This record gives sequence, C-alpha cells and structure tokens, in this order.
Amino acid sequence: MKAGVVVFPDSNCDRDVMVALRAASGGEPVVLWHKESSVPPLDLIVLPGGFSYGDYLRPGAMAAHSPIMRAVKERATAGTPVLAICNGFQVACEAGLLPGALLRNASLKYVCRDVHLRVEQSQTVFTARYAQGQVVRIPVGHHDGNYVADAATLDRLEGEGRVAFRYVTPEGEPTAGANPNGSARNIAGVFNETRTVLGLMPHPERLADIRLGGTDGRAMFESLVEALA
Amino acid sequence: MTRFNMPMAQVARELGLSADEYRVLVDAIGREPTMTELGVASAMWSEHCSYKSSRVWLRQFPTQAPWVIQGPGENAGVIAIGDGLAAVFKMESHNHPSYIEPYQGAATGVGGILRDVFTMGARPIANLNALHFGAPDHPKSRHLVAGVVAGIGGYGNCIGVPTVGGLTVFDGGYDDNILVNAMTVGLARADRIFTSAAAGIGNPVVYVGAKTGRDGIHGATMASAAFDDQAAAKRPTVQVGDPFTEKLLLEACLELMATDAIISIQDMGAAGLTSSSVEMASKGNVGIELELDRVPMRETGMNAYEIMLSESQERMLMVLRPGAEDRARAIFDKWDLDFAVIGRITGTGRLVLRVAGETVADLPLAPLADAAPVYRRPWVATPPRAILAAEDVVAPVGDGEALVRLMGGAHLASRRWVWEQYDHMVMADTVQRPGGDAAVVRIHGTGRALALTADVTPRYCLADPYVGGAQAVAEAWRNLTAVGAQPLAITDCMNFGNPERPEVMGQFAGCVEGMAAACEALRFPVVSGNVSLYNETNGVSIPPTPTVGGVGLIDDLDAMAIIAFKRAGEPVVLIGATRGHVGATLWLGAICARDDGAPPALDLAVELRHGDFVRGLIRGRRVSACHDLSDGGLLVGIAEMALAGDLGVALAPAPEDLPSHGWWFAEDQSRYLVTATPGEAKAIVAEAENQGIPACVVGTVGGDALTGLDGEPISLKSLRNAHEGWFPALMGEND
Repeated sequence: MKAGVVVFPDSNCDRDVMVALRAASGGEPVVLWHKESSVPPLDLIVLPGGFSYGDYLRPGAMAAHSPIMRAVKERATAGTPVLAICNGFQVACEAGLLPGALLRNASLKYVCRDVHLRVEQSQTVFTARYAQGQVVRIPVGHHDGNYVADAATLDRLEGEGRVAFRYVTPEGEPTAGANPNGSARNIAGVFNETRTVLGLMPHPERLADIRLGGTDGRAMFESLVEALA
Repeated sequence: MTRFNMPMAQVARELGLSADEYRVLVDAIGREPTMTELGVASAMWSEHCSYKSSRVWLRQFPTQAPWVIQGPGENAGVIAIGDGLAAVFKMESHNHPSYIEPYQGAATGVGGILRDVFTMGARPIANLNALHFGAPDHPKSRHLVAGVVAGIGGYGNCIGVPTVGGLTVFDGGYDDNILVNAMTVGLARADRIFTSAAAGIGNPVVYVGAKTGRDGIHGATMASAAFDDQAAAKRPTVQVGDPFTEKLLLEACLELMATDAIISIQDMGAAGLTSSSVEMASKGNVGIELELDRVPMRETGMNAYEIMLSESQERMLMVLRPGAEDRARAIFDKWDLDFAVIGRITGTGRLVLRVAGETVADLPLAPLADAAPVYRRPWVATPPRAILAAEDVVAPVGDGEALVRLMGGAHLASRRWVWEQYDHMVMADTVQRPGGDAAVVRIHGTGRALALTADVTPRYCLADPYVGGAQAVAEAWRNLTAVGAQPLAITDCMNFGNPERPEVMGQFAGCVEGMAAACEALRFPVVSGNVSLYNETNGVSIPPTPTVGGVGLIDDLDAMAIIAFKRAGEPVVLIGATRGHVGATLWLGAICARDDGAPPALDLAVELRHGDFVRGLIRGRRVSACHDLSDGGLLVGIAEMALAGDLGVALAPAPEDLPSHGWWFAEDQSRYLVTATPGEAKAIVAEAENQGIPACVVGTVGGDALTGLDGEPISLKSLRNAHEGWFPALMGEND
C-alpha cells in the first residue's frame, strides 16, 4: 500500500499516523505538503489530526482551501480512499468531502480521553478487520467534535449505512453519558456515498501499540493494508 | 506628565530601579542614559532577569554529575540519557500574568518554556505544570482555574506537545497571587546542543518568527513587583500567545538546526529583544549592533524603546555563519515566518541601537553586567515548630470517614477535570498518562522512556523551609523511583514572596539549603531553574513554594511500575517506617482544621536506601504495582491504588502501639507500597528486613471495597464518586 499523509501548517498527528501506517504495512508513507497542487499516484490519502492554521477561523476552514486539497478532492472523487482523522475530519467536512459539520463540544471544553465506539459498518476498506457491532476503545482529543447535520441528512446517512462509528458505553449502548462532545445520534465517524472517504473524530493511531495501553486502533490500518496492498 | 518629559531619575524609579541602582547605572555608563538605554538597563536589572536577590543563595545547588551536559545558565538544562541522546528541560513561572489574565498568562507561560527548550536544539516531547490556586471557595478561584487550564491546554494542544503531568493545589495562601509553573522536556542529540553565546565579528544577527507589536512591554518589570488592588490595570503588560506561529517556528528552527548555519540562538522571552541581544553578546564577550527599523513590526510608529521592550511572543534571535543567510531564509519562507537580518556582531563590547541611521542607545555591556546589582538581603530563620505526635491529637472522626473526606476533598480529589482538557497523548509515546506517581514518555522509536514529575509540599516549606525544601526534592525523586526510573536531575521554580522582607528571605534561604542537601544526597543535581519573587499582594506573601521538576530514565519499559492493584489475593507491602507523624499533615489540616506541628523528618540516607531497594524490585519485575506515599499517608495511598485498579482491599489491623490515625494518616517520609504474589511478598519482606529496611504486609487485594477499618466497609463506588465528583462540582458541573 502506498499512503500519503497531508501536512498542513500545524498538523501535529502526522508523525503518529505515519508510525501506525508503517507498523501495519511495512511501507513508508509520503508527505504531501499543503502548498503542493498535485499528488503522486497513491492507494490512500490521510488527512491527519492536530490543527491547521491554528484553526483560529473555524476548524478546517482555512485548510480546506489550501492548494493540496483541490488535488485531494479530485482523487477522492476518482475513488482513492481518504482517511480523515480529527482535524482531518473537520477539513473534509469543510471541503465538502463529507456531509455535516463539527461544532464546539457541548461541554465547551477540550476533551482528551479514551472513548468506546461501536463499529456500525464493517463492510469497508477501513473497517473490514472489525466485526459488525464490535465495541472498541480509542481515544479522542478535540475541542470541536460535536457532529451536526440536518435531520434529513442524518436519516440518509443511517439509511445508507454511512455511519461508521458511534460513541457508546463499554456495553455498547449509545447513551448521552458515552457521548464526549454532544454529537448528533452519538455519531463518531461517517462515510461518503461510496464509503471511500472516512471521517472520524477519535484517533485510531493513538491506541495501535500495546505499550500505549491498547491496540484497538490497529485493525483500521490493517484493514486498509489488506484491502489496498 | 509622561515618561518622556520626566527627569530620568524619576523615570528610573517608575521602571523599577532604586535610586541607588540608578546612580550605579549612571556611573557605569559615565552619563545619564537615554530613554531607550534606561529601558534596556531597567529590564536587565529587574529581579526577573538579574536574579539579584537570589543569586548568592542559588550557588549552593549541586549542578554537576557525570551525566550533566549543561547546567544552569543556558535556556534549559541538558543531561545525557544514553544512545547519544540528551534530555533538555526547564521549568518557569508565569504567576503574575496568569493572575491578571489567566488564559493568556498561562498560555504564554507554556509557549515561553517550549521555546527555551527548542532553542537548545531539542524537540519538545512533554509538558508538565504545577498550579497553585487560592481557596476553592474564594470568589476568583473558579475563574482562575478555568482560565489557566484552558490556556495551558489551548497552547500545548495546538502546538502538539502532550501535557502529561503536574500538580494542582488549592490553598488560601494563594488567594491573591496564584502560581502557574510550566515545565517542558525535550529530546536532542547530545552532540547537537545549541547555546546562546554570540561569536564571530561581523556575523549577521537574524530575527525570525512572529512580528513585534506593543504587547507585553514591561512584562519583566511587572513580574518583579508586588501586587496591589490595582493589579488588573496591568493587563496590557500580559502578552498574547499564538501557538500556531510557535509550531511553525519550532519546525523551522529544528529544520535549520539540522544544518550548520547557526552559531548561537536565543529566544525572546522576558524583556524581549533587550535580554536576548544583551545575553548573546555578553556571553560571547562581543558587541552587537542592531538596526531597529529592520525588525519586522506588526504596528506602525513603534519607537526604539517599545521595540526593545516588547514581549511579543514566538520570536527568536540567531547569529548565523556568514553566507548562511539565504539557506536559512529559504527555510523560514517555507514555514511562512518572518526572517530579517537586523544587525551584526562587533568587537566593541557595546550594545548599539540605531533607528534610521541615528544611534538611540550605546551601552558598554561588560560594565553594565559587572555593575548589575547583587543583594545579600537580610534574612531571619523561620522559628522551629514543635513535633506533634499522633498521641497529641484526638481524631475528630473515624478513619473511614476521614479517608472519604480526604479523597473527596480539595487536596486529593481527582484532577481528571484538569488533565482531560490537555492533550496528553499526542506524539503517541505517552506510556503512563496523568494520575500515577510520574508520567512516563517513551523515547520515540525505542523501548526506553523518561519519567517526569513536578512536585512540592508548600505546607511543609512554611512549617520548616529546610525540611520542606529537602522534601520537595525527595518527593520528586520518590515519584520517579516509584515507576521504576533512575532519577537523574531536576529543574526548579522558586516561588516566594517579597525578598525585601527578612522572614521571606529566611524561607528562601532555608528552602535552598534543604534542596541542596537533598540534591547532594540523592545525586540529583539542579540543571536549570527559575526564581519568582514578589509573589505578594497587599503585603501578604504566598507560602514558600519551591516547585521541583524531576526527570528520570527507564531503561527497559518492560520493567516499569504503575499504581493500579493488579490481582486479587496479592499482599500489599509497606516499605519504610511509620512513626505516626501527624504535624503539618493533610489529615491534620483537612480533618482537624489545624496546621501546626513540624513537618515529618526526612533522613536522606534512608530515602536513598529505601528508594534504591524499591527500584531494584521493580527492575527485577518482582512487583505488580508500586506507589509512593505522600499527602494523606498510608490509607490514602492504598485507596489510590484500589481506585486505579478497580480492586478493593482487606486491610490488616493497625498496630497497637500507635493511635489508628497515626498509622493510617501520618506522613512519615521515604515510604512506598508494593504488591506482589504472596510468595514474592514474603521474600520481599524478608529481604528488606535483612537490609534493615522496615517492611510489613498492610492488606490483601480483593473485593470491591476497603474493609477492615472500624465501621462499614467503604465501597470503591462510593469512594470513586467522592473522588471524581469534587472537581466538577467546584466548577459548577454536575456530570
């Protein structure tokens, strides 16, 4: 699998996701600098977590208009899988790659902790190594992860099997207490229409190494390697 | 009357120079200074920049060890950690700005300490902080807590350095003068450490980073004065942080540092361009000339005085090799940062500042440095207190109730509310997250790690500065030992009141002596630090607070300990003696509403022996959990291990030769708890006794409650509710 990781000014989980990709694939990801206006042939494009341009305007809003994103959108439209984590999810929504938007957390505070997710759709290149309905533990770290979309959009996402993950209790229940940010219907991640673009707030790269306390994130990278190698 | 038409001597007073200091300045330069010169000199001679009241005392600190690469005097300390790598670290205060403007004050405190570390050529890998707030019910506390925590998170989260540990204290002694101490730890190649001494006559002086504005002018002077009720009027002296720009500056500097372009580099912190240019030239015994109109500016019409004293953030000054300018400029262009050659190094030994070709300042640096005031301020020792034995105090409540009140009270309640607002996992090397004895951060790409802690017990320092100072160092050493690390070195942040009060200088002197003794005995040298004096409002000084930041090394992550109980059926072994010392303890304060008595005695030889023994057990993979005992004593330590592991404990009865509160809540020093299999536990107790180390079994892991105290068992659930509920309730949240 040949993966490329976009680096915006202030991306700060770019190295972390490269480590996870390398561990899963043995291959070396390439860096896609935000000022570039084209991308080489790739099997996977990653929009990493962190910040972009300080996110002083609105998370992802500036990055969505950077030169690299025009090329990323072209590739995504042509079917190249795009994994958009945290700030990458915000960028993908701002760029129109995914429906909806991410507002400030309902608590108004930044939140960094492990959350439990239910795998809502295991029939994709990103999630094939998970079982449908499996509950996994993966961390979040964000100030603006409160997913919103109008009711019709949410209904369509649900109906088309495009909700990727939902915040749940360890027992698998999507309760208010299990929702770290107030997201509509406890949605933690969504797909585009062809399920080739995944945006999610949790950071699978942060629990892909037993030394860090868990490996539930690793299956996502292994799924991608298996599907795209 | 403005400063520009006052007599210079009067302006000097307004800028914080005493009449004597002004006379010395005039003598040193041989004439009356210009306005810009006075601005430069007053900033350089401020307490914050000159350490004039503390310098004579700080010389006592041991600063040498075979692993020390750079001791105090540079932007940060540096120690060798093997494999050709070095740990670079320092702690610094941002107390006054954080009280005036909590979000920006705390944020720029983090930004400043990060710059100190990456200026040395290190990539920051962890942040810690030590926060001291006023009483929880003080009307300003919630506002300050919310702002400071958001500011620390806002900066660290954005720049992408994990905030992995620290300390949050509430005490009425900080009601009107909170403390915000921030620490950064970085990793560098041991043979690629950058320092600040300028060299090479004619070499270009380069300004990089953010533009200069009018923010923070006189920040260093403000930080060197006591507060009164008008503190809020000083708000414009607080700087505004831009972590996005700092992230770009970090990446650009590290990229340039990988080349050979840089001769020396210094960040612009307190007193901005003044202190960076003067320090670089003074350390290199050279002169420096700056053309101030070449400084990138955010505002129009700034005069020389404002440019030199601005504390705008995210800026660096560098001396480059001749001819390296274009290569360096290309890197800063790539990161969209300003880059300007603003001057050159000279052989004159003078600081010369020009605006539009006209000289606005021309100061001799060596005479200015030599004449810098150093004070041996009068001091009086803190009167000793009587030792308070457990028998001398009647327990007002049962031990179980006292435990629940302590675990659910201001001092010991969970700090989750704080650290969940910090990204403590970015960089994907956080092996031990907040909540244990020390944070553990892996050395990227290896099976080794650094253990990190920040600690101090101000109530001990107030009761007996010598013992309190020594205990702060020992406590940091113990925290690192309890995770299995070899403690290597410390940084310190000396927060004290007004040094012109002899009793405050007595506290300072006592703490320094105690710290020095502990550093010596524990082979735990001081490699960097910061002094914050004048923490006084309306004549009331804060409790003496010498915060210690400790760094240790874990050579093999497979042999690391955590505090969580692991398996039912395992004995809990107490290492160290319990004599029932209740003076100046948390129990005495929180349960008995008394704050008298001497702090627990500390025998440094015993500390070393017990710690080395426990570290040996961890490294030999003989224990399943380990926790050092500190605030709250034995029962609190057991409860913390139980909550972390979600396993209860059956407590063995307290020995009969002590009142039970003396057994459970005394804060005798140099103690640890470990758990192990029953066979291993037996062997550990026997081995300890052979070596003259007291050890005994105090309970057995199991169940879902603490049993064995008088009264009902204490369920983990109720204990957890008390422990986790306090902070959200304080902040007005009910989740």
